[in-house]
Amino acid sequence: MSMQREESLTTTGEVISNYTINFGPQHPAAHGVLRMVMELDGEVIERIDPHVGLLHRGTEKLIEHKTYLQALPYFDRLDYCSPLAMEHSYVLAIEKLLNLEVPIRAQYLRVLFAELTRICNHMLNMGAHILDVGAFTPNLWIMDLREDCLNFFERASGARMHSAYFRPGGVHQDVPEKLLVDIGDWLDNRFFQLFEDAMSLVIDNRIFKQRNVDIAVVSREDAIAWGFSGPMIRAAGIPWDLRKSQPYDVYDRMEFDIPVGTNSDCYDRFMVRVKEVYESAKIIRQCLRDMPQGPIASTDGKVSPPKRGEMKQSMESLIHHFKLYTEGFHVPAGEVYVATESPKGEFGVYLVSDGTNKPYRCKIRPTAFSHLQAMDFMSKGHMLPDATAILGAIDVVFGECDR
Amino acid sequence: MAVLHSAPRFASNEGVIDAISETISVWLIEAHEAHGEVIFRIQRDAVEKVLRILRDDHAYQQLMEIAGADYPSRHERFEVVYMLQSLTKNHRVMVKCSASEDTPVPTVTTLWPNAGWLEREVFDMYGVTFAGNADLRRILTDYGFEGHPFRKDFPLTGYTELRYSEEEKRVVYEPVELAQEMRSFDFLSPWEGADYELPGDEKSRGAPTVNAVKTTESASQTGAGVAANAYAAKATTSAQKASDAPAPGAPNATSKEGGA
Repeated sequence: MSMQREESLTTTGEVISNYTINFGPQHPAAHGVLRMVMELDGEVIERIDPHVGLLHRGTEKLIEHKTYLQALPYFDRLDYCSPLAMEHSYVLAIEKLLNLEVPIRAQYLRVLFAELTRICNHMLNMGAHILDVGAFTPNLWIMDLREDCLNFFERASGARMHSAYFRPGGVHQDVPEKLLVDIGDWLDNRFFQLFEDAMSLVIDNRIFKQRNVDIAVVSREDAIAWGFSGPMIRAAGIPWDLRKSQPYDVYDRMEFDIPVGTNSDCYDRFMVRVKEVYESAKIIRQCLRDMPQGPIASTDGKVSPPKRGEMKQSMESLIHHFKLYTEGFHVPAGEVYVATESPKGEFGVYLVSDGTNKPYRCKIRPTAFSHLQAMDFMSKGHMLPDATAILGAIDVVFGECDR
Repeated sequence: MAVLHSAPRFASNEGVIDAISETISVWLIEAHEAHGEVIFRIQRDAVEKVLRILRDDHAYQQLMEIAGADYPSRHERFEVVYMLQSLTKNHRVMVKCSASEDTPVPTVTTLWPNAGWLEREVFDMYGVTFAGNADLRRILTDYGFEGHPFRKDFPLTGYTELRYSEEEKRVVYEPVELAQEMRSFDFLSPWEGADYELPGDEKSRGAPTVNAVKTTESASQTGAGVAANAYAAKATTSAQKASDAPAPGAPNATSKEGGA
């Protein structure tokens, strides 16, 4: 950073050069390892060049060397704030290639946990966003709610974050009845009290509005052209939600609304997420109400593994188990692109199969690529501290962006 | 085929291929629908034109993704796949073209601003170049990285590894050294699909060398009878005797007093 204050204050027409700073790669408001090379004119952002890839682990290449089932846990490690939403796209892509029927209870369980993941993700993002623009308390409160969600995941799958719960053909295990009761109880008696308390501190807060309203306004046309999705496109006033328009699993049985913004600024993006939390809660309640009894994984023994008890009795089950956990199942040759509505936007998986037990190519479409790329044009002309608000409202996680 | 899966259901593919093929027939190589996906294979030089027609005339407003893929056995080994989405028609199509290292693909940054990073990623991972993309830098790999890691001939471990050197007080790059051999299991059944031969496999080649078909119409043909029974009894007793002696190659029993 070069100091040119003395010259710049003069009126003698001297040339004032911009200076360039590095935002990140280690910066608490960068939400991970993001390096942004910023060209500043005083405190006004002239240009941003985000450098991504600092967390690149070659997930897609690793997946090519694993069987379909072994590749599943990599998806938890993409967007580690909403792991189950990542798995969702992948298992649906495999099922689409296999044309595999998923039992209805498994579909309900997936939707239930996908929505719980959405709440979990939004708790983290909103907390971080609020923290980035200067408020501390709400983050502490809603992080507690996120902790509750993680406990529910642990009770269903055994792991708090890297659940590997969704499997091709269904889910890994059935949930205990008590867990479903507790989730309902939590929504009724705990969640909204704390959530609404936290939101009441920021939604009408003057400072919060000063930091967010009219920051990074994106027109509808721009939002479409830049490939926006999720809360980013909905904040621009376009009621586009893959759960509604291209329903998967049992989303077509759910009744919920799509919140949209009017002003397409950071405040709208935040508020869209707040409202989405209420819609997710609605969906969870419907799942709890309507979920039927039944199997939780496909009955096709060539894809989903047998139960432990069956293996003790049936030779065929034992063989299936052995084959599935060594060789894995074979997927018919072909290619599909399956995208679901992750909490951050459209998360897609382009899966190419050559008919063997390993994916030939698995391209992951991160939500952050489109959004982060627009950082430059969204920030132009805004002040340096606005960059953190814009970044917070994008909701970017680098595990997913860099893969 | 009836749709059994519960993957996202967008608008019907019916008539889409015909409607689009008509307008891009000059550049179209092939179009088909499989697994519920509509895929157009087009000429590389016409990518920009075709996608412009799809965007403007067929209302595929969004470019969601550009994926690269590597098929080393092909003449032009790379494939560039564009995933388009229509918000108004609620439909998705894929458009793909082939490319090699020295045949640049026309850029589509002129149509969608977000194509920039997507093309950079394909370039970074596969080395496919995009003509007209003014900012074709590497994106995901390290600063100063060499090679294109997602090519099938690029090893999973890569060529260099880096560590923090306490002596030099900086990060140093070194050739990859594996402490143990890379574990790569081939779980494909040896009876189908494997491209190597296991000992004994040669016996299965060609027709079996049996002249007469073996049948068991009478009891004598099964080999059963008094003689066989006597032989079986003899074999068992000798086996029992043999089991008293230690099996060949078995380790010596640990002696009780010897503690060495």
